[in-house]
Amino acid sequence: MVLNCRHVWDYISGYLDNTLDTQTRADVEKHLEHCEICSAVLDSTRNVLILTADDRVFELPLGYSERLHSRLTEAMLEIPPPEEEESS
Amino acid sequence: MIAEVLAGRTEVFHDLIRPHERSVYLMALSLLRNEAEAEDAAQETFIKAYRNLGRFRSESRFSTWLIAIVLNEARGRLRRKQPGLTDSIDDTEGPVTPAQLTDWREIPSDSLERNEVRTLIRSAVDTLPLPYREVFVLRELEERNIQETAETLGITVASVKMRLHRARLMLQKQLAPQLIAATPKSRRRFPWF
Repeated sequence: MVLNCRHVWDYISGYLDNTLDTQTRADVEKHLEHCEICSAVLDSTRNVLILTADDRVFELPLGYSERLHSRLTEAMLEIPPPEEEESS
Repeated sequence: MIAEVLAGRTEVFHDLIRPHERSVYLMALSLLRNEAEAEDAAQETFIKAYRNLGRFRSESRFSTWLIAIVLNEARGRLRRKQPGLTDSIDDTEGPVTPAQLTDWREIPSDSLERNEVRTLIRSAVDTLPLPYREVFVLRELEERNIQETAETLGITVASVKMRLHRARLMLQKQLAPQLIAATPKSRRRFPWF
C-alpha cells in the first residue's frame, strides 16, 4: 500500500518500538526512502527520545538520598515493624 | 530482603529501597513538577511502603508496587491542589502533527552538558497533558513495558500505545525546532578573532 506522510506519522511510534506488522513496516520504509520530511520526523523523534531518557536531564536534588534515609529512620521508630499479612 | 525486613531486621529496608530511590522521585517529579514537593512525596511513598510491606505480594515486582504507591501519592496531592483535576482523556482525539523539518541533524548527547538544553527538555515534558505525561514517563524514563504501564495506570494497552505515540510526537513537535536552534551547527571556534 502506498502511504502518504500523515499515515507514516501515525506509524512513527510503532516503527520505533518495532511493533508494526511486516507489510506496514515495509510500506513505511518504502515511503521513508524518498521522503526527506518523514525521515527527519523519524530521526528527530528518535533523537529527542534518547536525549529525554538521559539521566542528566532529570537529576536528583543534592542530598536527596541522605534526607530520605534520615526521615525514614525517624518514621521507622514510630511505626510498628511490618509483618506478613495473610492474603484474603 | 523483603522477608528479612518482615522477619524483624527492619534496618534492611534501607538497602531494599536504595535501587528505587531515583525512579520513585522521578515519577513524583513528573506529576508534581516541583522538586521540593516531589521529594516530600517520595519520602511519604517509602514510609507507606514500609508500613504496608506485609501486604506486598511477591507475584508483582517490588518496583512496580512502589510506582503504584507514588502514583497514588502524587495524584492525591494534585487533586488536593486542583479538585477538578481529571486523569481521564479522550483517546479518540485527532492526530498530532509533528514538526516538519528538512534540515534535521542529530543532536549529540554531549549537548546535555548544557543547562539550557536540559531545561528545554524538562520544560517540554512538563507541558505534556497529565495522562500523556504519566504514560511517557513510565515507558521512556522508567522503562516499563506496555503491559506494566497499562496495569499501573489502570488503562488498556491500546490507550498506552495511543498516549505514548501522541506524547512522543508532541515532544518532537516542541523540542526538535528548539534543540536545533539551541545547538550550534559547528563547534569550530576561531580564538584569534
